[in-house]
Amino acid sequence: MTGTWIAVLATAGGCYALKLAGLTVPQRLLARPLPRRFAELVPVALLAALAAVQTLASGQALHADPARLAGMAAAVAALLARAPFLAVIVTAAGTAAALRALGLG
Amino acid sequence: MADQAGQQPVPAPARPVRDGLMLGLAVGTSGLAFGAAAVSSGLTAVQACVLSLLAYTGASQFALAGVVAAGGSLVAGAASAVLLGSRNALYGLRLAGLLQVRGPARLLAAHGVIDESTAIALAQPDGASARAGFRATFASLYLSWNLTTAIGALGAGRLGSPQSIGLDVIGPAAFLALIWPQLRAGWTERGVGLLGAVIALAATPFCPPGVPVILAASAALAGALADGTGGGPAAPAGGLP
Repeated sequence: MTGTWIAVLATAGGCYALKLAGLTVPQRLLARPLPRRFAELVPVALLAALAAVQTLASGQALHADPARLAGMAAAVAALLARAPFLAVIVTAAGTAAALRALGLG
Repeated sequence: MADQAGQQPVPAPARPVRDGLMLGLAVGTSGLAFGAAAVSSGLTAVQACVLSLLAYTGASQFALAGVVAAGGSLVAGAASAVLLGSRNALYGLRLAGLLQVRGPARLLAAHGVIDESTAIALAQPDGASARAGFRATFASLYLSWNLTTAIGALGAGRLGSPQSIGLDVIGPAAFLALIWPQLRAGWTERGVGLLGAVIALAATPFCPPGVPVILAASAALAGALADGTGGGPAAPAGGLP
């Protein structure tokens, strides 16, 4: 149990140190064009990757849950219709929930 | 914006605050799954709660629980959990200029740097809205994540399926909605988003969960290099002759 506690606290400390490190990097290092463009584009790459993985993977298996796919399709439609943020996620979740309630998911 | 204050029923930061609060509450409920998974993998309920309070980054927490469940080395477990936290450092690079925090405020803000708070902050048109959205998302998600971790760890995770009300779609739909304005902004952004998604999906069968998303950061590097070489966004470095 002691070993597990050490692992828990080391994980917590390491994760916090990384969060703080990102905020602490001197801004002048990001003044040059290449690092600045990289820092700007990183959230786009990571959040797009997260959206794709959370939609199309479970664990290490690629698998397309029909209700989840339909929810994401509804989200895209809402975004194209310029719906506000909350309407987009309510539409997505509502579509998936409705399909599952009907036994189609 | 200030001179419209008399006329405008909803002040500017109200929208990021409302969006952040709702996203935090909804996504935070996945703490239920973490609490249940952590306890069934052999962590105690207190250890599960301490992870949510102090590590507060879902992918890393699930990774440690997974290694404990598999009976793997605790050193390797902690190392892989911390590696998975490295994407928060990359978010911090981008957020530092927006949040403008110093001293003790920075120590507190750092704890809140995760996917959702970053996404909300970056989707805002100005610094004040970004800071308001970041704080609202941090507060509500932290509360919701820790509360539901405790409930899940204490065994109430089987009360209902979060999937039946579509909660599993809220995360990906929210991330897509929040980067949407950037995807509309230019070809480089669209290319980077698409490449990031493809890299992560291609790596999924071969890597432990969480690693594919970190690999997707290379799409941002490719995009920055493509812009920097002046070859235009459609012509990445080393492309066709």
